[in-house]
Amino acid sequence: MTEPVLEIRKLSKSFGALRASRDINLTLLPGEIHALIGPNGAGKSTLIKQIAGNMAPDAGEIRFLGRDVTALDTVGRARMGLGRSFQISSVIAEFTVLQNVVLALQGARGTSYHLFRAVLKDREMTATARAAAGRVGLDDRLAVRAQDLSHGERRKLEIAMALALAPRAFLLDEPMAGMGAEGAAEMTRLLDRLRHEAPILLVEHDMDAVFSLADRISVLDYGEIIASGTVEEIRADPVVRRAYLGDDAEAI
Amino acid sequence: MRRETIINAGLAAGLLAIPLWAHVTGEIFTITLATRVAILALAAVGLNLALGLGGLVSFGHAAYFGLGGYAMGILAFHAQTYDPIFTWPFVFEGTKQMLVIWAVALVASGLAAALIGMLTLHTSGAYFIMATLAFGQMFYYLFVSWPKYGGEDGMAIYVRNDFPGLNTLDPIQLFVICYALLMAGLFVSWRIARSPFGLALQAARQNAERVETVGIRPFRIRLAAFVISGMITGLAGALMADLNRFVGPTMFSWHTSGEIMVLVILGGVARLYGPVAGAALFVLLEHWLGGVSDYWLAFVGALLLLVVLFARGGLIGSLAGREVAHD
Ligand SMILES: Nc1ncnc2c1ncn2[C@@H]1O[C@H](COP(=O)(O)OP(=O)(O)O)[C@@H](O)[C@H]1O
Ligand SMILES: [Mg+2]
Repeated sequence: MTEPVLEIRKLSKSFGALRASRDINLTLLPGEIHALIGPNGAGKSTLIKQIAGNMAPDAGEIRFLGRDVTALDTVGRARMGLGRSFQISSVIAEFTVLQNVVLALQGARGTSYHLFRAVLKDREMTATARAAAGRVGLDDRLAVRAQDLSHGERRKLEIAMALALAPRAFLLDEPMAGMGAEGAAEMTRLLDRLRHEAPILLVEHDMDAVFSLADRISVLDYGEIIASGTVEEIRADPVVRRAYLGDDAEAI
Repeated sequence: MRRETIINAGLAAGLLAIPLWAHVTGEIFTITLATRVAILALAAVGLNLALGLGGLVSFGHAAYFGLGGYAMGILAFHAQTYDPIFTWPFVFEGTKQMLVIWAVALVASGLAAALIGMLTLHTSGAYFIMATLAFGQMFYYLFVSWPKYGGEDGMAIYVRNDFPGLNTLDPIQLFVICYALLMAGLFVSWRIARSPFGLALQAARQNAERVETVGIRPFRIRLAAFVISGMITGLAGALMADLNRFVGPTMFSWHTSGEIMVLVILGGVARLYGPVAGAALFVLLEHWLGGVSDYWLAFVGALLLLVVLFARGGLIGSLAGREVAHD
């Protein structure tokens, strides 16, 4: 069996009496898209934050590339190759698209302490950044400030920043949130190509996207993984249909 | 060319031309005013790096300004009295050489900024402002209560320090030294602003969490910026001491910190030439209004209020307009 890129073991996290993560076990295998679904408040973002290192778990272990990273901070995990997007778009608002991607690039390369080199005059660097922006379809928006982008474009910019890190795994928290049908379809095509770059742990509400993209699906409910399996298995699972797919059942 | 570039060039040329003209016509006082502008501008260039690019609202930059000043004062004092500063583990004599004094000022203010930065940069907002203020005041009280170096009264240095090949007692020559250092400071901050480091620093100001997720530590970036910022302000302190031929603990007081910040805000936060515009305006107001009324600082206060409320880009911002996205 192939080594998982990312492995979560018995992860638990509580906010007071609220158990946001209960004994979660999860793996992300090379080349796959593993979708994490579940109703609002199920604890999906909380899990992503713990994997990314923004939030410390109460118990359990996170292994990335065969190494225990539970004690490593966000920066350390990013350096190891964890590319992340946020549920609420998080980019550098006053920077242009190009500057945002260049920032990610220099983070990955560890060149942020160069004081005297003009960063946007570095041909190779900007070319690589342009290419990353091109991959998400932002090549004609390079000089636009992030704050002037549309919502969908900001989501794409986040993906481009994650891409620029040349990550070993993607953590994407609802990349299609707030996008129209067309935008979601476009993002679906993009993610489908992205999986060849690195496996994706994908939190997403858009069921069309999840069912067309995912190799495996895990369902989170009240902080607990109640089901995990292939698309067919999850569609057929009665517990899942009751807990989560209820309203959506006829659409499936 | 961008409008801001033209304004900057105009400021640089004006600050050079006016004292040169005054030199020709023999108006020594004008040269001294211009020297003061250059030195205050340099102090503000330092702060602008932390405040403008990094968003670090340091209310304690007087600490570095004062350390630079006392680096000059103490070295010159020991040279004046032929009494070494310390003799163990090696003999460290005083000196009247500006180049040595500047090096000591840079090292002392850089070390202080590193220490203060490490202790304060974990905080933010009002806590950071208060913490930096507290450190500034600590230095103030330290030097007030240090009788050897003049205590509350400060120390006069009777003869201006030397610079190889120049006569520093000639006002225009001293001006040229200060102007050259201001230009060097501006050059450094211009290069930094467009460097990878500057990009990371500006990003950390806007969204530290995002910066972390691309593998950059905001704390370390800010600390490095804070040290460079303190060093530039420290160098300005050494020059100011030489211009006045006097150092006193007021260099360390929170008034000084506030004044440097006012220069930055008046001129335009994060604008390369903001400190120059701010210092020029401040010194002119001090000169004109100071003669009219003892309450001239109230006018500066009112002006500051107007800038903060209506012209966020300060003087440079109002003249040059919104900053354009580069590239
Ligand atoms: N920092 C926090 N402090 C307290 N409660 C939190 C915190 N973050 C999330 N929660 C709670 O934990 C639960 C899971 O939230 P979240 O992970 O954001 O859900 P999801 O992303 O699945 O919609 C929610 O009930 C939420 O209110
Ligand atoms: Mg969420």
